[in-house]
Amino acid sequence: MSHPIRVLIAKPGLDGHDRGAKVVALALRQAGFEVIYTGLHQTVEQIVEAALQEDVDVLGLSILSGAHLPIAGKLMACLDELGLRPLVLVGGNIPRLDVEALSGLGVAAVFPTGSRFEAMVDFIRGRAAGSRAEQEGEGANDHEAECA
Amino acid sequence: MTTKQNAREVILESGIPVKAVFGPQDLAELDWARDIGEPGQFPFTRGIHPLMYRARPFTMRQYAGFGAPEETNQRFKFLIANGQNALNVAFDLPTQMGLDSADPLAEGEIGRLGMAVDTLADMELAFAGIPIEQISVSLTINAVAAPLMAMYFVVAERHGIPLTDVRGTAQNDILKEYIGRGAWVFPVEPAIRLIGDTIEFCARNVPKYYPVSVCGYHIRESGANPVQEIAYAFCIAREYVRVGVARGLSADEFAGRLSFNFDIFGNLFEQVAKFRAARRLWAKIMSDEFGAQDPETMKMKMIAGGGGGGLTVEQPENNITRGAYYALISALSGAQTMALCSYDEAFTIPSEKAALISLRTMQILVEEIGLCDTVDPLAGSYYVEWLTGEMEKRVRAEMQRVDSEWGGIVEAVREGAVQREVAHQAWKYEQGLQDGSIPKVGVNRYRVDEESPQVELHPYQPEQAERSIRRTAEVVSNRDAHAVAQALAHLREAAVTDQNIMPATMEAVRAYATLGEMTKIMKEVFGEFREPVGL
Repeated sequence: MSHPIRVLIAKPGLDGHDRGAKVVALALRQAGFEVIYTGLHQTVEQIVEAALQEDVDVLGLSILSGAHLPIAGKLMACLDELGLRPLVLVGGNIPRLDVEALSGLGVAAVFPTGSRFEAMVDFIRGRAAGSRAEQEGEGANDHEAECA
Repeated sequence: MTTKQNAREVILESGIPVKAVFGPQDLAELDWARDIGEPGQFPFTRGIHPLMYRARPFTMRQYAGFGAPEETNQRFKFLIANGQNALNVAFDLPTQMGLDSADPLAEGEIGRLGMAVDTLADMELAFAGIPIEQISVSLTINAVAAPLMAMYFVVAERHGIPLTDVRGTAQNDILKEYIGRGAWVFPVEPAIRLIGDTIEFCARNVPKYYPVSVCGYHIRESGANPVQEIAYAFCIAREYVRVGVARGLSADEFAGRLSFNFDIFGNLFEQVAKFRAARRLWAKIMSDEFGAQDPETMKMKMIAGGGGGGLTVEQPENNITRGAYYALISALSGAQTMALCSYDEAFTIPSEKAALISLRTMQILVEEIGLCDTVDPLAGSYYVEWLTGEMEKRVRAEMQRVDSEWGGIVEAVREGAVQREVAHQAWKYEQGLQDGSIPKVGVNRYRVDEESPQVELHPYQPEQAERSIRRTAEVVSNRDAHAVAQALAHLREAAVTDQNIMPATMEAVRAYATLGEMTKIMKEVFGEFREPVGL
């Protein structure tokens, strides 16, 4: 029951700013989560495949190029198609005006530049267990990530 | 009870403890002639020119570029009309990764963080009507520097400038891309070979061009402390010098055309000492390790600027003030060129207004407060001279650590040791910000609840992306397909063999081969970098 929460920190697209992604990965690991970092330049398909393979509870996207809306949109559609429901978080250079749009896409929370580690940790602890139960209830893990 | 009142401990970011008072006894080991010397003379601690800003103030070179080449061309003209005397071109991420605008991986990124370039036609438009014989142009391009440099050289030819007279700089520092910034494409070895090709080609054909600008900047922006910034950059620069020497060039034939790009945020005295120490150390490395004879080879020429890592999203107007202090640091450090991040840059591509404030900040520094009156005005300060010596010692030690613990910088980058070190350093710094032990105004001091800050966001314009795609399609349909095929075959041959890649690249560029076509061939021959992702 008390398996550690598994988190995938992903860097989608061409953006090379990985300081924030790595710092958050280290902070979440310190908080006791199992953290996998994808590295740079991942396509949405690669990220979803990694989330599937690693069986993660939380998927954190780090985006600083400004392309967060198209990328998050594509990712959520891809997860939906496969029936995957990890808790999706977006971090990075995210203008406040776009937070609502990201929520509308199904992103659980946005942690813009300057967010505190404890806010992320508390949010994940509060929400991840529920998200995993929901996902296992639907037994959606047999697919392969092939969405376009 | 009150005697301990002033015993607050001060330790600089580089780990150096600072006393409350420094005096002559702290400089007992200093040999003024040997260690400090005269400006313009070995070891160049006081600057690389005898008169420094008294003869000519630093060059101002703001980073700019966005949208299709037409938009960038307009911003260039705006900056020049306002007194900027050099350009630094920002390319969008697809261009930096060698992708054409029509590539599916480029979607949503075309023209977003810089100018989109697919073919020579785009570069021609970007510099239309700009007097590049007078304005030195810096290209912020790395993994695919060879094709972009080739495009620039052909544009210069078409402006009537022979290769032997072309001036400018390419960033072209791939090793730092693996550590910070992340715009890498090829594996480490072929990427270094490309650096060698560009260095060799320029040394033999474009002698006034600076083919590589070694960047501590992005390493520091990724988390490195000031000592590590210089140490890793020097390890990288040393590697490039070795590559040039392996091509049969002597250090004096090319190493004076390697320049540096460093960061300016942080503690003022620590940064000034960092730069003075770096100049002294680089001069010694060039003369002791590489047998340089020509003083030009030993001079560490630098752009010291940016400071993005010190800016905050909180109360962004405070960044105007920070920028002014960072500019002061750069000027007190004897930078050849300066650029400043704009106050809105934590959010967006700088607005015209923000870019102009940065430019005016530098101009005020030059014109109003006496900074250009006398050379290296902080020289002789007990604290600054002591700290300069301390920084030099620590940079040397860190360089030694790269060699002894990590097997040299190339292995450290390939295996990820230096990336891990920098990430952990960034994490420590972030913890310091969050627990308040590293003071930051507006963040952990004097914080206020803010509504959305009043910053004008640079809009993403899909019609500019469509224009880029359309233009390239037109260029491709009008070019001589046979000439392109032949040029690309030559490029492949050069890549497969050990021929210098530049002549074939120039031929492909002239035939209007696309950047994507050229990069695809190089990927097929060289493969792609596999990032070590362990933290």
